[in-house]
Amino acid sequence: MSVLLDVSGLERRFAGARGMGDMIARRPRPVVHALSGVSLQVQDGETLGIVGESGCGKSTLARCMVRLIEPDAGRIVFDGQDVLALDGPARRGFNRAVQMVFQDPYASLNPRKTVHATLAEALRVHRIVPEAGIAARVLELLDLVQLPASAAGRHPHEFSGGQRQRIGIARALSVQPRLIIADEPVSALDVSVQAQIVNLFMDLQRRLGLTLVFITHDLRLVRHMAHRVAVMYLGRVVETGPVAEIFAAPRHPYTQALLRAVPQMTPRELRGEPAVSGELPSPLAPPPGCAFHPRCPVAEARCARELPALERRGGGWPVACLRAGG
Amino acid sequence: MRAKIPLAIGCLLLAVMLAFAAVPGWFTPYDPLEFDFGALMAPPSAAHVFGTDQFGRDILSRTIAAARVDLQIAVFAMLGPLLIGGLIGLMVGWFGGVADAVFGRLADLVVTFPFLVLVIAVVAVLGPGLINMYIAVACVGWVVYARLMRGEVRVQSAADYVAAGRVLGYSTTRILFGHVLPNAIRPVLVYAVTDMALAILLGSSLGYLGLGAQPPEAEWGVLIADGKNFFTTAPWISLAPGIAIVMAGLGFSLVGDGLAALLDVKR
Repeated sequence: MSVLLDVSGLERRFAGARGMGDMIARRPRPVVHALSGVSLQVQDGETLGIVGESGCGKSTLARCMVRLIEPDAGRIVFDGQDVLALDGPARRGFNRAVQMVFQDPYASLNPRKTVHATLAEALRVHRIVPEAGIAARVLELLDLVQLPASAAGRHPHEFSGGQRQRIGIARALSVQPRLIIADEPVSALDVSVQAQIVNLFMDLQRRLGLTLVFITHDLRLVRHMAHRVAVMYLGRVVETGPVAEIFAAPRHPYTQALLRAVPQMTPRELRGEPAVSGELPSPLAPPPGCAFHPRCPVAEARCARELPALERRGGGWPVACLRAGG
Repeated sequence: MRAKIPLAIGCLLLAVMLAFAAVPGWFTPYDPLEFDFGALMAPPSAAHVFGTDQFGRDILSRTIAAARVDLQIAVFAMLGPLLIGGLIGLMVGWFGGVADAVFGRLADLVVTFPFLVLVIAVVAVLGPGLINMYIAVACVGWVVYARLMRGEVRVQSAADYVAAGRVLGYSTTRILFGHVLPNAIRPVLVYAVTDMALAILLGSSLGYLGLGAQPPEAEWGVLIADGKNFFTTAPWISLAPGIAIVMAGLGFSLVGDGLAALLDVKR
């Protein structure tokens, strides 16, 4: 397997709001560190799950990968091309190859366009099929996401959340991408519908040979559908590797805590201890050293000073913890 | 269904006004310019339903004949601000930044002055007349449209369907005019219809003050002004054009409100 998307050292800061009082006191504008050096690889044909709590930078990472947000530093290489340097036709080629499915199926469809108009526009702009073939291709796309042909003439408000998400997936598929980045695509849906959409993603991935980056806060989804996983904490990847191995023997204390927090079906597996104490620190003022040390059960004095790099540390996959491996 | 009754009434009122404006000759019982020295300032009667003025001209006929000018005012005094303000609002709402900040301060400055006073000031500089009145209204009225449009554009451009368009590699022009504008324009159009009622009132006000339509042109504000000298002896001279202004204003307002409900897009 080859690396399709290689992200290294990605950083992105956002300027926070500054009140009148701050300006008078000449306090500097607060800065949110959304991404503080994210590195990860996506292999061709795999599903990579990215997990983390709200506010850990997952969505910012997703939007950087499709260039909706420009990172402040770092590199993104897609299929040998430097993504951040792409311009003009090359950038449109990248747009064709890398598509996104959004979290909110209500806001991500233009309410004034019919399903046919939405899909046909993408087909036309990228000249995927000749004009005469557009109607037929739209029906194929609807069939691919298991929507009836009658859906083509209707507007988004006539569909349920799950059906709208299928339309969003059809729109992403319309340009025949190689990589789809799905940013929490099921977290806005009912649980019963979540399973259908997840299965649709898995089915499409197999049938079309897609590469999928699936961003979620739900570890059960990652275990169900991903081949590899990257665990994010406060703007960094803290552990990444094959799903089966990491779920069996997590090495980073944060991953261990997350896995303990997954609801269990059998009482035998229930544990009394809390998954992880405290809340995610503010990204306005990330703790020094390892960002997880204030909540970490095994933290030592050096964890507050040294920033652990994402390295193998004697194990089978990279982990960013000073106490892992040795 | 209930909400459609006011819309129907509004459409009916506007249809009557439009008919008056299109073919006044079918509705006027007398020639609106014909003097009748046998019936100077005649009170309302079977022969002259709304009476006659100081030259014996039939008030009803003159009011009907004036509809054409007043509807023209309603359309053009709305269209200029709509196009100029709409385009400015679309641009500053989308691009933001320095242009947006400059626009914000400029808009604050313009709305500081009372609308009518500012229009009168501009007309005073340009000289009276309908064309100059349209220019004056466009100079002042664009601000409301621009603010309305800017706010809507900012809301819509933050929506994920715009992000989806960018991920699909759509051009800014395509996203702006094909996606953002159709979703942002509804409140602006609704306001524009309601604004036509205000435009008629404004046109009549300026006509009354002698700054809008000029006397040989029959215009409702001018007609009311004609009657003001005889208001104690022949109050009916101002009555019919007054009713016409109220009816046209009501018509545009009802249609505007009805459209707001009708165009409400479901999400």
